[in-house]
Amino acid sequence: MTEKYRKVAYYPGCALEGTGHAYNRSTKEVGKALGLELVELENWNCCGAMEVKNVDPKLQTFLSARNLKIAEDMGFDTVMAPCNGCYHNLKKAEYDLSHDAGSRETVAKLAAKSGDQPYEAGNVETIHALEWIRDAIGTDELRKRVKNSLNGLKIANYYGCMYTRPRHIFPEKDKGPGSESTGKPHFMDDLLAAAGAVNVEFPLKTACCGGAHTLSDSDTSTRLVLNILTTAEACGAEVIATECPTCHSGLEMHQIRAEKVLGKKTNVKILYFTQLLGMALGLSARKVGVNENFSESRDLLKAKGLG
Amino acid sequence: MPIHEKHLIRPENLVRNDKLAIEGVDVSGDWSTFIQTRVITDYNEAMQEEIAALPGGEFIHRCWQCGSCTNSCTVNMLNPDFNPRYWIYLIRLGMEQELLRDKDIIWQCVSCNKCTYACPRDVVPEGVMKATAHWLELKGYVPEKPSMIFDDVFSEQVFAKGKIEEGRLMRKFFVRTQQKLAQPWLIVMVKGLVSRLPVTLLMRLGLAGVVHPRTRNWGRTRDAINEYVGEQNAKHRGALGLPAQSTESHS
Ligand code: SF4
Ligand code: SF4
Repeated sequence: MTEKYRKVAYYPGCALEGTGHAYNRSTKEVGKALGLELVELENWNCCGAMEVKNVDPKLQTFLSARNLKIAEDMGFDTVMAPCNGCYHNLKKAEYDLSHDAGSRETVAKLAAKSGDQPYEAGNVETIHALEWIRDAIGTDELRKRVKNSLNGLKIANYYGCMYTRPRHIFPEKDKGPGSESTGKPHFMDDLLAAAGAVNVEFPLKTACCGGAHTLSDSDTSTRLVLNILTTAEACGAEVIATECPTCHSGLEMHQIRAEKVLGKKTNVKILYFTQLLGMALGLSARKVGVNENFSESRDLLKAKGLG
Repeated sequence: MPIHEKHLIRPENLVRNDKLAIEGVDVSGDWSTFIQTRVITDYNEAMQEEIAALPGGEFIHRCWQCGSCTNSCTVNMLNPDFNPRYWIYLIRLGMEQELLRDKDIIWQCVSCNKCTYACPRDVVPEGVMKATAHWLELKGYVPEKPSMIFDDVFSEQVFAKGKIEEGRLMRKFFVRTQQKLAQPWLIVMVKGLVSRLPVTLLMRLGLAGVVHPRTRNWGRTRDAINEYVGEQNAKHRGALGLPAQSTESHS
C-alpha cells in the first residue's frame, strides 16, 4: 500500500467531461467511498491525445507536460488520470522529456512563449485509476470493504492498447511479482476479483478496439469491436469491464453499429470497472452513472442483486 | 536486403505459352510458365530520408525485415494487404511506384502499437505508418484521408481552446468529410440514451453546447503553438523538396 496515493492530483481529461461522464462520476464516487482524496488540476488543458501526436509528437509532449507542471505547482508529486489516452500521453511526455533533448528544447521554447515555466522530468509521477485504487487501498483491504459482493458476476477485463503499449514509456511495469504486466495485465482483474467477480480467461485483454478511427473508419472499428465482443461471450463473460472512456464508448457504439449495420447482435454488457467497484462498495447503480451508459445493463445487474 | 517478395509476382507479370517448343522439347502450358523480367529504373533514392524527416519515421533505417510488425498487426488481421514490413522494405529500396499501389490503405493504421511492442529493432513501425501517410498526403498522392481530417479538426480545436468538446468535434468532422451527422446507428444510440438520462444531465450536456469548455488564459499558448506548427510544416515540406506554403487551406 502506498500512503502517498491517498491524496493525489486528478486529471480527468476532455473525454471524462463528455462521453466518459459516467467514468468521471464513478471514479470520484469510488474514491469517496474508499476515503481517498482527488484534487482536480486547476485550468488543465487537453493532453494532446493521439490526434495532436499524429500532427506533431513534440507538441503533444508540450501539452501533456503543461498539465504535469500544474500538478507540481499545486504541490503534488502524483497525478492520477483514469483515461488510458491521457495516462499514456502524460507517461509518454515524462519519458520523452527524460530521454530526448529535442523534446526538452521544444517544450522549453513553447513554455517560454506561453509565459510559463517548463515542466522538468522526474517531478511528478503519473498513475492510472487502476494503480491508484490498487496501491492506495490494496486488494485485501478492498475485500474487507465490500458491502455488496459482485457475486460471481462473470467478467472479461478489457485494457485496450494505451495502458501497456509501447512498453518503454511504462518503466514500472513488467518488474515481476506485484508489478503490472504489459503482456497480460491483471490490476483490474485483481480489483474485481476482490469485489467478488469471477474473471473469465480472456485472450483479447490488450486487443485494439479501433478507437483511433471510431468515426473516420467506422467499418474497421466495428469489425474489431465485434471480434472483442464475440470473444468475450465465447469466454463466458456476462460483462466486459473497461478502464478507458474511448474504449468504453467505442465498444458501446460499435456494439450497436454491428447490430444495425452488420446484423450481428451481442448481449455482453459493458461497464466501467469503477461502476462495478462502486456497486460492490454499496453505491447505487444511479450513483455510479449506470443509466448514462449506452449499453443497457440494468436488468442483469438487478438479477445479480446489484445497484 | 534481398528478400524475395511474393507481392511482386503478379498475374500480369506471369507468362505462359499454350504452345511452345524449345530445342525440340515441348514445353507447352504450365511447363513454360515464367515470370517476366522487371527492369526498375524509377527508384526514389531519397525516399527513406524523406520518410525519416517526418515525425515518426526517424528510425526506419533500423529495420531488419523480421516481419514481427506485420505478424502482430491489428489491421493486417482484417486485410492481408496491410503490410507494414513490406512498406518499410519498399521505402528503404526507394520503390515509390510499388508503394503507391497501397496508397489508399496505409492511413488505416489504428495506432495500436502492437508492432512497436513486437519490433526487436525499435523501429517504431506505428510512427513509420503515420509518417508514410503524411508523406503521401504532402506529396499530393492522396487526398486528405478521413483520419487525417479528424486529426486536423481535433488539433485545431485543442490549439484554439486548450480543450476538446466532443459534440462540436463530431459536427465539424462530419461537415468536413461531408457525411450526414444523422447516421442511422447514431440516432438509435442517442435515442436510447436520451430516454434514460436524468433531465439535469441532459440540460448540462445541452449547456455544454453553449458554454464551450476551454482552458483560461490560453491566448499566448495558442499563438506559440500556431507559430510552431507553421515552422514544422515548412520544415517538413522543405525536407520533401516542396515549396514552403501549401496552396490549399482547410480552415
Ligand atoms: S518488426 Fe521492426 S525490424 Fe521487424 S520488420 Fe517490422 S519494423 Fe522491421
Ligand atoms: S500500430 Fe498500425 S501498423 Fe502497428 S500493429 Fe497497429 S495497426 Fe498495425
